[in-house]
Amino acid sequence: MNRSNTKTIIRRQRLYEQLFILLGLVALLVALMTLLALFTRLAIDGMPRLNPDFFTSFPSRFAEKAGILSAWVGSFLVMFVTACAAIPLGVSAGIYLEEYAPKNRWTAIIEINVMNLAGIPSIVYGLLALGLFVQTFGFGQSILSAGLTLALLILPIIIVSTREALRGIPGGIREAAYALGATRWQVVADHLLPYSSGGVLTGVIIGLSRAIGETAPIITIGALTFIAFLPTSPFMAEFPFISFKWVLDPFTVMPIQMFNWTSRPEEAFQFNAAAAGVVLLAMTLLMNGVAIWLRYRIRKSIKW
Amino acid sequence: MKNSHPRARKRRIKEQFIEIGLLTAACSSVAITFAIIFVLLKESLNFFAEVPLFDFLTDTQWTPLFDDAHFGILTLISGTVTTTLVALAVAVPLGLTIAIYISEFASPRLREIIKPILELLGAVPTVVFGYFALIVVTPLLQKIYPDLPGFNMLSAGLVMGIMIVPYISSVSEDAMRAVPMQLREGAYAMGATRLRTALTVVIPAAFSGLAAALTLGSSRAVGETMVVAVAAGMQPNLTLNPLQPAATISSFIVQVSLGDLPHDSIGYKTIFAAGLTLLLITLVFNVIGYWLRQKFREEY
Repeated sequence: MNRSNTKTIIRRQRLYEQLFILLGLVALLVALMTLLALFTRLAIDGMPRLNPDFFTSFPSRFAEKAGILSAWVGSFLVMFVTACAAIPLGVSAGIYLEEYAPKNRWTAIIEINVMNLAGIPSIVYGLLALGLFVQTFGFGQSILSAGLTLALLILPIIIVSTREALRGIPGGIREAAYALGATRWQVVADHLLPYSSGGVLTGVIIGLSRAIGETAPIITIGALTFIAFLPTSPFMAEFPFISFKWVLDPFTVMPIQMFNWTSRPEEAFQFNAAAAGVVLLAMTLLMNGVAIWLRYRIRKSIKW
Repeated sequence: MKNSHPRARKRRIKEQFIEIGLLTAACSSVAITFAIIFVLLKESLNFFAEVPLFDFLTDTQWTPLFDDAHFGILTLISGTVTTTLVALAVAVPLGLTIAIYISEFASPRLREIIKPILELLGAVPTVVFGYFALIVVTPLLQKIYPDLPGFNMLSAGLVMGIMIVPYISSVSEDAMRAVPMQLREGAYAMGATRLRTALTVVIPAAFSGLAAALTLGSSRAVGETMVVAVAAGMQPNLTLNPLQPAATISSFIVQVSLGDLPHDSIGYKTIFAAGLTLLLITLVFNVIGYWLRQKFREEY
């Protein structure tokens, strides 16, 4: 092989490499530009409708008068139920799998099962909820059914992030606590949980941001698309001041409201859909932003 | 420790209660799986008591809510397959290229910026993507191909593809980053460029992880509902042509659920049979993925 031949080969390989870098940047740009196009288009279409009235009005037959009051209140209440159900259950399961579980076949089955649950399409959870919560348990098409459905859906996310947060804590911390005579639960409650709380919180926020945008399973349990009233107030004038009647009330949520407006033929409703989309997107991006920031801070501040 | 102190005993009992509580929480995930299988099977059995399985698998029409009812699930499967293939045709090349770029070429600083942004792409609610497909992508495609109907599987599939790029790229990138540095250094020492190293050393070594990324992406695409429900129309259509409107398994379930469903109606039972089919399809993907992971697993 003579020298000029080698040089050509090297030059050609370098060129391929440059071309690939270009390709990689183009691929990134396609993804990012899509995201950007989505944001701008949604903002352009939705901005004119984003006035205070939009947030304080019920849906209406007239596009200009319609608002998202019942939708955002519904989303908020459903998220509350979801958080109440998913956080204790998911964090407990994560603690058990990471700190208590013996290494045997049963544990392996539970672990594989959690991974598989994460792969099940969300609409199948909707069918589960329709058969179980709505029909069998008789919760009806209520906030409670929806909240529990979304709780099941995000359970794997919370379990996995709890486990990862716990795994990141060095074994020395556990050993030091045990050496002082702490029981297993004391180690978990007094040491591991406080140290892992940032990681757990990140997982919870990501899970809830996924839940708030979920549409399909909530449609499946039969959430109404046209709700021009609010659920019963959780606060009462007389004792005990707090009422839980609202959990069994019918409801609608942001993504369903947006879907409903998107599927109307009149163009005016498309602008409402875009405005609802802006609000929905702002909610999810805010939650994700907080989660990313939190993770970044944990990585920076904790050096074991 | 028979004559232990009462306080120590009390504490032990408390510990045991807590452990049982935590175990119960962990087992709830298994209970969810069983509940899903039980509910889907129970309602599907009611369905198959009325509709022969043979008709379900071979009929070429899907009109469960009409007087002349036909239950050919192939019609819905064709929609699911078509949109999934379009989505994968976008997501696999894009996702893999991005993963190789981030893992092998990008500087750590660029990586720190890009990864959260890609994550945001995966966090956008699917109904928003549906709006984007219907209002932005379809009119754009109609400029290139004027005969394209307002509802079509192409634009739904393309947007779905962009949507699952982050899933494929992040799992692939994790797999490639897990490949030990020595393997790369070996290749560099032989005079290979970074691209050649990536293609001939890193990708083969990370293949089982890439297979996992692919299965994850596919099962996301198969189960994706709202983009298709908004942008692909909801008429069942036995075709593999992405330029046509069609219903998928999941968008059919949504369409039926939007109406008021009496508990004992055939429509109610039908969505469970459709859901069972969807679950079986994703199960097949997961089994293939598991098999690929086992077959190509590399230990270092």
